[in-house]
Amino acid sequence: MNPKIAPAADPEAVEKSRLQRLEIDRAARWPVGIFIGSSLVWLILGSVLAIAASIKLHDPAFLAENAWLTFGRVRPAHLNIVAYGWLSTAGIGIGLWILSRLCRAPIRDNRSLTLAAVLWNMGNAVGTWGILRGDSTAVEWLEYPTYAAPFLLVSFAFVMLESVGLIRRRPPGHIYISQWYIMAAFFWFPSLYFTAHGLLVLAPVQAPAQPPINWWFAHNALGLWFTPIGLGAAYYLIPKIIGRPIHSYYLSIIGFWSLAFFYAWNGMHHLIGGPFPAWLITASVVASVMMFIPVITVAINHHFTMVGHFKKTIYSPTLRFVVFGAMCYTLASFQGSTMAIRPLNSITHFTHYTIAHAHLGAYGFATMVFFGSIYYIMPRLLEREWPSRFLIRVHFWSCAVGFIGYFVFLSWGGVLQGLEMNKDTTPFLEIVANTMPYLKLRTVSGSLMTLGHLAFVTSFCWMVIRHRASSGEPTLFTNRVPDPDPIP
Amino acid sequence: MSKFRYIFIGFMLTFLSSWVGLVVLPVWGLGNFKQTPDPATGEMIPPLLSSLEKEGRAIYIANGCIYCHSQQVHPARVRTDIERGWGVRRTVARDYMNQEIAQMGTMRTGPDLSNIGVRNPSETWHFLHLYDPQITSKGSNMPPFAFLFDKKKKDPKNPAKDALTFPAGFGPGAGYEVTPTHEMRALVAYLQSLKLSSYEIPEAPAARIESLEK
Repeated sequence: MNPKIAPAADPEAVEKSRLQRLEIDRAARWPVGIFIGSSLVWLILGSVLAIAASIKLHDPAFLAENAWLTFGRVRPAHLNIVAYGWLSTAGIGIGLWILSRLCRAPIRDNRSLTLAAVLWNMGNAVGTWGILRGDSTAVEWLEYPTYAAPFLLVSFAFVMLESVGLIRRRPPGHIYISQWYIMAAFFWFPSLYFTAHGLLVLAPVQAPAQPPINWWFAHNALGLWFTPIGLGAAYYLIPKIIGRPIHSYYLSIIGFWSLAFFYAWNGMHHLIGGPFPAWLITASVVASVMMFIPVITVAINHHFTMVGHFKKTIYSPTLRFVVFGAMCYTLASFQGSTMAIRPLNSITHFTHYTIAHAHLGAYGFATMVFFGSIYYIMPRLLEREWPSRFLIRVHFWSCAVGFIGYFVFLSWGGVLQGLEMNKDTTPFLEIVANTMPYLKLRTVSGSLMTLGHLAFVTSFCWMVIRHRASSGEPTLFTNRVPDPDPIP
Repeated sequence: MSKFRYIFIGFMLTFLSSWVGLVVLPVWGLGNFKQTPDPATGEMIPPLLSSLEKEGRAIYIANGCIYCHSQQVHPARVRTDIERGWGVRRTVARDYMNQEIAQMGTMRTGPDLSNIGVRNPSETWHFLHLYDPQITSKGSNMPPFAFLFDKKKKDPKNPAKDALTFPAGFGPGAGYEVTPTHEMRALVAYLQSLKLSSYEIPEAPAARIESLEK
């Protein structure tokens, strides 16, 4: 990226750069390792709750005797666990590591960051326990009760402090686009959470004003938190692995500013048809359609950088996950823009189609990019390779196939549900009956995704406890490296 | 640092624009509703919730009814809510002013509940439906809420007055009786109170709204 940093020809500079990376990775080992490691616990717990919630929708008597496990608690517990336990925890770890690498500054205060990781996990544990025991706020995406919020906010304050420190300690010169995205995310998320939790849970404003704030928050949790971290990671990893710079640096800047502006205004498309002023909803519909600008710029950048290098996904696990994620980002964003258009929204809103779309963003894009990032980061943190090629293959194929099934079945069922709901002649229970096959197929697909997660976690634990001696070479999908490029 | 400072100010300003537009303006425009006298009866509308109904709302929130049931009636040009009988008119912002915590929802795995208090006023129906939805709505995928009922051995000499009467094939089995807990009574009271667009309000007189939409 910056040609000034590592002129490949000078062996002394190469060695200096290698030692600097080593120093950075060693400083990051504990805090980043704890964030990433604990996120996997939440990934598994979130998957188990997801399957339970999914089964309950086609078999309502399943685990229905206990109040703690009723659908209306298991579902928000799943959402909050995967959003704040898995995606956010992994996102903080990945964001900090990439930031530290790009600022060429080691993390200085890893004790406060380790404390931050502990507090963050406590916040999630307390929040989940709160939802299951019946203290859920029933504000979508903000179900953790008030007593969980201080843990999250204090923890995040430490993360912000360290991220500002990294930016301040960086050597003068160029700031790469991933640094923009990650820094922005680290400031946007607490601003979102603080505002929304305050105005909706702590001191609620009058009820008619709550849904706009709710969906400003919930849509931006994806748009201004997971998305910038995921895009920052993709912008970092794709050029790193294929060894060529991003297609157009100027486009990435247009992409950043248009995302920052338009995504922030998107949320009201969740309220189309509801009791709100037309200007409010129209503003969001316009902003949602304008999302074509950041999405097309990012798509051009990611996919054109990849042109001629797709063969490398044959061997690089990181690249395969990240490219899958980048493709899902393009798809999810195009789909999201169309779903905000009023006539289409009146079919898809209130149905399972929206759930499928949410998973395309949060799973197909964010989760897959985060998986890829973890495959890249962990060998560098632990100075040891992934133990099993087989487990990485199981991870990728279970998640990819499971997720595509999940998305296709649920979207299909959702459209049917929406069309039937708009025909007043179809009795409601008939619509419920017609969605059943799709809900059952969702359970099957979701179980396949969970199998992939189990393979991943097994692989991770195996790596951490050094169950098997490392080969000393990167663990790739295959040894048939298609061209002579060095494998980073 | 100087260069990053501009980026920082920039991305916080874009954020601030949405904060003003989607948080401050809605609070200013939708956060100060007042009750108004009903032109026909002179009572203040929308009505306040009783303390039992508020307890019921807490049960509704704790058990996540919102994840399957919306509470908003859309105008006829958007959806068939009115034809389905979910309300005589669309809901407007002021209808929610006494709800304290908006439960408008974003999912309709189950039907809309804005006016369930009018559509289904029967307490007995709600008790049976919540105890086991299959009793009243065969094929529903709503979970049973039997945990909000007391199941006791029946005392033949002194049966509970409020025990539920089940149709054949349902119920707790011979020798047992089922009575609603206080929480369940509160929940049903809340459901019966849901009449969000069942009255006329100056900004949404039923007849005018309907004629506009047709």
